[in-house]
Amino acid sequence: MSFVFYVLAAMTLAGALAAVLLKNLVHCALSLTVAFAGLALLFLELGAQFVAFVQILVYVGAVAILVVFAILLTRSAETPKAGGVFSRTWLAGLSVAAAVFAVLGWAVLESTPWLPQTTEAPAADVEQIGEALMSRYVLPLEIVALLLTAALIGAVIVAMHEKEGAQ
Amino acid sequence: MLEKADQVFVLLLHWLVGYLPAAWQPAAGVLLCVVAIIAVYPTLFALAVLLERKGLGRMQNRYGPNRVGPFGILQPVADGIKSLTKEDIVPFTADAVVHFIAPLVLVVAVFMGFAVLPMGRNMVLVDLDASLLFFFAMGASTELSVFMAGWSSRNKYSLLGAMRAVAQMISYEVPLLLSTVGVVMITGSLSLVDIVDAQNRYTWGLAHWNVFKPWGLAGFVMFVIASMAETNRSPFDLPEGESEIVAGYFTEYSGFKFALFFLGEYVGMFGIAGLGTSLFLGGWSSPLAILNWVPSWIWFFSKVMVWICFFIWVRGTMPRLRQDQLMNFAWKFVLPMTLLNLLVAAEWRFVADLWLRWIAGMVIVVGAYVLMGRVGMRREHFGPRTYRYAE
Repeated sequence: MSFVFYVLAAMTLAGALAAVLLKNLVHCALSLTVAFAGLALLFLELGAQFVAFVQILVYVGAVAILVVFAILLTRSAETPKAGGVFSRTWLAGLSVAAAVFAVLGWAVLESTPWLPQTTEAPAADVEQIGEALMSRYVLPLEIVALLLTAALIGAVIVAMHEKEGAQ
Repeated sequence: MLEKADQVFVLLLHWLVGYLPAAWQPAAGVLLCVVAIIAVYPTLFALAVLLERKGLGRMQNRYGPNRVGPFGILQPVADGIKSLTKEDIVPFTADAVVHFIAPLVLVVAVFMGFAVLPMGRNMVLVDLDASLLFFFAMGASTELSVFMAGWSSRNKYSLLGAMRAVAQMISYEVPLLLSTVGVVMITGSLSLVDIVDAQNRYTWGLAHWNVFKPWGLAGFVMFVIASMAETNRSPFDLPEGESEIVAGYFTEYSGFKFALFFLGEYVGMFGIAGLGTSLFLGGWSSPLAILNWVPSWIWFFSKVMVWICFFIWVRGTMPRLRQDQLMNFAWKFVLPMTLLNLLVAAEWRFVADLWLRWIAGMVIVVGAYVLMGRVGMRREHFGPRTYRYAE
């Protein structure tokens, strides 16, 4: 674990915490973007260029914009006047989150390393990813593509104006 | 001698770095490259602004700037001093932190793109495996800065301008990305260095630029259209529309922050012109084999400047689109054409016969263009043009 890792981890965590704790919704969305960017940099630090750039392209470029648009188009982005950001049932939420985290942590710590530990880092370059997607994982890829197309068509139909006299 | 002229910047870098202890050399080399990029492009920006004002002046039958210095060539200096000394006004209700960060995010993201552009033989800051993707990732981050600028101003015109700009940039990002996929399919690499190297071959003294092939030509045209929209240039400059609507997302910016937005926009234009040059126009390679003695960086920068001149020419001669025309054009014409272009690229890749692949490629591209143009025009109910004169 290098110095760069700790800086990036701190940045990601700070962004994620700010996304939860800030009061203004747009500020939360922007902090979430910082967390996304931090994750991308972490991928880059691990040598996974493709994943890092796709993370920026999809999450910073598209998902963050989508979140922000959703906030602006659905409700007022003003700060709530009374009360904090915490709901009244924060204790229950906290215990559920802690339980989930404990189970996940326990699973990770207890599992035996499946892959043999190699000294050199496995290279995950674009060519390998492309070949894997086009040969071994071509069926899941196609299914995901079909699913996304269906979702896209559904969204368009929901958003489409109804023709005059169609009622 | 000519070899030296071609590599003059690389040699200069090695000579400068050679004075440092060996441990510092890699870091110092990167630092010097970054300084060079940050010095060169704003200088080009000053030149381009002057060129644009002069050129637009010519096209609109007026002089353009001609007061500061001989023929007005010191106008950019005067503009720079003006924007530095102007008062920086932040609106009372504005979100001060986001308002401050927005121009910085834009300028940083725009400059990051230059890290992967090969500006000459051996002149690239980082040769990434997926440099094309890196460039687009950086381009996508600028959208957020546009939104931040519009939202943090707490001005409804700014916010509307930002929404307009973001909607446009997202719509045209799809065709921009898809128009480059053909190049990646044929070259088999996402690295811009490899893409330029693949085009740096000659048959009968003529270069193998991607623009000289059917899929490349169609991709190039789509790329130019989408890049104009992506950099908010006329005729797609609805986000600003300075002559008709309030200036859009940077309405509430003044002084140097405004200058940063201006800089970011122009430098983004250089970036996208450099990317288009590398993808379709052979990057730093010369068009004819007999012109290979001209240094490679001269080719790159002259091609970029030709793009800029083309952008200025288009701005001077094309009327601005309406918002619905803009969106219809992106989703109903440019996007299907880019998707079809992928088919042409695949056909080019797998048909071995030289004449057959040329003919089939051209038939698909031209046929689709004519067909979609006809259908689109018929749906718009354009009759013969009629004129009504003032009584």
